[in-house]
Amino acid sequence: MNCRVLYFARLRERFDLAEESVELAGTPSVADLLAHLQARGGVWVEELGATKSFRVAVNQQLVKTDAHIPDHAEVAIFPPVTGG
Amino acid sequence: MKISVQTEPFDIGIETAAMSNGRTDIGAIASFIGLARDRNSGSEVSAMTLEHYPAMTEKALAAIIDEALQRWTLLDVTLIHRVGRLLPGDPIVLVIVASSHRAEAFAACEFLMDALKTRAPFWKKEETFEGERWVEARESDNAAADRWRTNENNRNT
Repeated sequence: MNCRVLYFARLRERFDLAEESVELAGTPSVADLLAHLQARGGVWVEELGATKSFRVAVNQQLVKTDAHIPDHAEVAIFPPVTGG
Repeated sequence: MKISVQTEPFDIGIETAAMSNGRTDIGAIASFIGLARDRNSGSEVSAMTLEHYPAMTEKALAAIIDEALQRWTLLDVTLIHRVGRLLPGDPIVLVIVASSHRAEAFAACEFLMDALKTRAPFWKKEETFEGERWVEARESDNAAADRWRTNENNRNT
């Protein structure tokens, strides 16, 4: 399956990437996507490691890492929000 | 209900008048304005830029308002959040809540801000003398948002 992954704020700058298309096998969860991204090493491990604080939204809804990612979903990964 | 994500400033007088205009059932209007400060974490801040996730922002704000409507009997809500570059003293966010009595309006206004602070996809980047830096989320904001969860649990038990 394929999903579109967006990065925002500090993570966009750290990854030097605003969005990309990611191919994953089977019916992946958010945790599977994160493992796929962490396997790139470097800044991806630094920012998406288990001790790091970040948020994930699937199709514009905040979700936990066990959430399923539907095919063609829009997944966004971003730092904890700081509006208001 | 009004939700707006905009670069332009807002006018609380105009927004409040729009809310109460032509109706006589509103007994209380509570409001909150968040402003850009000139200091944060020990540094002077000369400006800040607010980024957001356009596809999600209005959905997240609408979900927060829906939750408030389930918790309290509210007659109207206005929520305006600015994005783009702001200077110290500039207003960032406006929440206005109308209800029959003050308790609902006060509580819902505070709830909406606490929920927005932890769930709406906005990020602040500050310009300081030491350079640019992303504002870090504060644990106290999570604690403030969690209070409402605790209250809900208490209500259920």
